[in-house]
Amino acid sequence: MTPAISIRQVTKRFGSVQALAGIDLNVQQGEFFGLLGPNGAGKTTLISALAGLVRLDSGHIEILGCDVVADYRNARRQVGVVPQELVFDPFFSVRETLNIQCGYFGIRQSRGRDAWIDEVLENLDLTAKAKANMRSLSGGMKRRVLVAQALVHRPPVIVLDEPTAGVDVELRQTLWQFIRRLNRDGHTIVLTTHYLEEAESLCTRIAMLKAGRVVALDTTANLLQRFSAHALRLRLSQDARLPPALAQRAEIKEGVCSIPFERFDQIEPLLAELRSCGCHLDELEIGKPDLEDVFVRVMRGQQGSALS
Amino acid sequence: MIGFTTLLYKEVLRFWKVGFQTVAAPVITALLYLLIFSHVLETHVKVYETVSYTAFLVPGLVMMSMLQNAFANSSSSLIQSKVTGSIIFVLLPPISYQAFYLAYVLAAVVRGISVGVGVLLATLWFAPLQFVAPLWIIVFALLGGAIMGSLGVIGGIWADKFDQLAAFQNFLIMPLTFLSGVFYSIHSLPPFWQQVSHFNPIFYMIDGFRHGFFGVSDVSPWHSLVVVSVCFVLLTTLTLVLLKRGYKLRA
Repeated sequence: MTPAISIRQVTKRFGSVQALAGIDLNVQQGEFFGLLGPNGAGKTTLISALAGLVRLDSGHIEILGCDVVADYRNARRQVGVVPQELVFDPFFSVRETLNIQCGYFGIRQSRGRDAWIDEVLENLDLTAKAKANMRSLSGGMKRRVLVAQALVHRPPVIVLDEPTAGVDVELRQTLWQFIRRLNRDGHTIVLTTHYLEEAESLCTRIAMLKAGRVVALDTTANLLQRFSAHALRLRLSQDARLPPALAQRAEIKEGVCSIPFERFDQIEPLLAELRSCGCHLDELEIGKPDLEDVFVRVMRGQQGSALS
Repeated sequence: MIGFTTLLYKEVLRFWKVGFQTVAAPVITALLYLLIFSHVLETHVKVYETVSYTAFLVPGLVMMSMLQNAFANSSSSLIQSKVTGSIIFVLLPPISYQAFYLAYVLAAVVRGISVGVGVLLATLWFAPLQFVAPLWIIVFALLGGAIMGSLGVIGGIWADKFDQLAAFQNFLIMPLTFLSGVFYSIHSLPPFWQQVSHFNPIFYMIDGFRHGFFGVSDVSPWHSLVVVSVCFVLLTTLTLVLLKRGYKLRA
């Protein structure tokens, strides 16, 4: 099957900054794919390149087999991009904005077009604001319109560049519900976000970028398994010390000792060891593996072979 | 095709929604020029035997308003959307650079002609006009509007901030339009300045346009047509090259 997005040896330099330093990546059709990395890692540049907003120094990007430069018109029809910046055209109402966006993508005015715009408006809770001027909307509402604009031409590939930055819980839930449904209907989703718990719950596969390179690429489940683990988190009583064998395995942060374990039947011996050396505890909890842990380890360069 | 017509529609709708500022205001400004200059000079200046000074002034003011507003339309639309970031809405869709050019320039021509017709209608009360050769009027209005629309596209994509565009407008467009024979015949100028005026393409636009009204002009309308057409072709080519390269639009 043709990949939804195929990125081959992509490089881009802005002055002295190497924004993309040879990226190779495939996103398969129907995937919910996460693109993570710290600020300046190259996520937005990569998205801009696939949307045709940035011209590459070398390499190729194809969207469903259409080259974004040589066959840019077909490539752009296949993709809807929700930009990171909260941008809007102050002259128009929400419905005018969406109608105009439809026209840009060559979709004729018809009952089908109006029905789809109505559906998008409803799914994003925008119906009541359809006639409102863009200037009068709150930040969250403007963000919803940006999402709607990216979807009006029913693109098979949807790219969301930090869509939930600074938006309230309600919008996040509405948005993710809608995007999940689109994903279930067969749309490929590419998401960049700094909210790692969002990426963890939504994305089936994740690429981590650092300084313009892919430093980790695997399914979310594999990344969690390889770079994070369940851990026993303990806060020791005053004067209590971990026995040396456990102290070697533990990671201590802000007074909390984390002792990783692989299987739940390992908990009992761990507790027995603490009890036998008279180590008293103030707090105890079981921590689940999380993507933040993976992210921190990968960015510190402890990834080993995180590419698969 | 639908992408092009939508972009054109959006550009026309954009200025039409703020019509007081984009159409009514320049008509009032032109009317004020007419009232003041005709009051001061009507009895002192006679450019052509058969034409009163006020009547002479009207086509010049119409053309000047058309040119300035055609430039303002494409340039302000582009700089605004660049500064606010909404330019991406026209860069993300599958619109070719030729369609992009055509939509912005045609919208600029529509704004120019809307203002021009407004000025013409508002000034009709002040001087009896003739329309000796309407085809020249239409040809020079369209070409002039398209040239300034193209210059507006160039200015809009070149400028990174409003200040730079204002410099482009105030140090290039305004002097060229004011010193082009709107208010006088270049024959009334000293020989040196007459020569200088011949290097100003806007002089030919206004002179050819005025020929369509009165059948008399400083130079032959065919001569003006050649100069204006060459300018149009050169500016169109330059604009298309910049758009194709994505100059300052696609990083």
